[in-house]
Amino acid sequence: MNTTFTPWLSLAGGALIGLAAVMLMASTGRIAGVSGIASRLISPFAERAGRLEALAFVVGLLLALPLWWVFAAKPPTLQLVGGTPLLLVAGLLVGVGSAYGSGCTSGHGVCGVSRWSTRSLVATVTFMATAVLTVHVLRHTGGVAS
Amino acid sequence: MRPFASLLAGLVFGVGLLLSGMTNPAKVQNFLDVFGAWDPSLAFVMGGAIAVTATGFALLRRGAQTPLFGHAFGWPERTDVDMPLVLGAGLFGVGWGLGGLCPGPALASVPSGNLGVLGFVVAMLIGLTAPRWRSLAQRRAGPVLPTAPVAERSDR
Repeated sequence: MNTTFTPWLSLAGGALIGLAAVMLMASTGRIAGVSGIASRLISPFAERAGRLEALAFVVGLLLALPLWWVFAAKPPTLQLVGGTPLLLVAGLLVGVGSAYGSGCTSGHGVCGVSRWSTRSLVATVTFMATAVLTVHVLRHTGGVAS
Repeated sequence: MRPFASLLAGLVFGVGLLLSGMTNPAKVQNFLDVFGAWDPSLAFVMGGAIAVTATGFALLRRGAQTPLFGHAFGWPERTDVDMPLVLGAGLFGVGWGLGGLCPGPALASVPSGNLGVLGFVVAMLIGLTAPRWRSLAQRRAGPVLPTAPVAERSDR
């Protein structure tokens, strides 16, 4: 599936992601790691206030697309790369992996790398490597074509 | 104020994800397809995000004692690299590569109503509870040796 190279939009979007991470830290003192926030939301062990803040962050995330519909001419492109069974497996791996790995693309890849955290640098290099390898196997070694 | 600030940060985060192209699984996979149909856009997302975050975090560390609506900054303090970190990150990468979705973009795409995305999110939320599966299974199996509760980590 072809996609267009969008350096400026991607840079601007990335800057907004960074701004959001700084906003959350400056206002509440928390790391903007989405897997951590999502697991705080569903954890029976999270304290009440922490869960409410996690819920608020997720509600904000969920409001972005409706806001986009109001102000933008066309919806953002969404091209899935596999059927539902594959996405279920992928989702499970992403969940289990970020739970044991203590973070995902946002918590490790953005916030952790920005702090030059050893754990996050190791995690980011590791998941980038396995992700590149997975796509390579999927697309170039006779695996499931997408 | 804290929930309101969190909501606003989530909203800005979500708009950033949509603008950046991270919410399009095909674009993510093309970025990861370094030796094929490579679309380097997401390197710009990472670059932009890290530039702003690193600057902002450095300013906060230097210039602020406490967050605006709180008593202390929750900077993660762990520095040890252990097996769960490496294996977990490895599994995460496999899932990210397979589906082209990671937690933020998946959640931000939920309002699209796409069933594949919804399935991914439900499976992801189940997966996030994985560290508690073992203690659950032990409880089911009847009386066992007392185990320590699963610690909630702050660095994710």
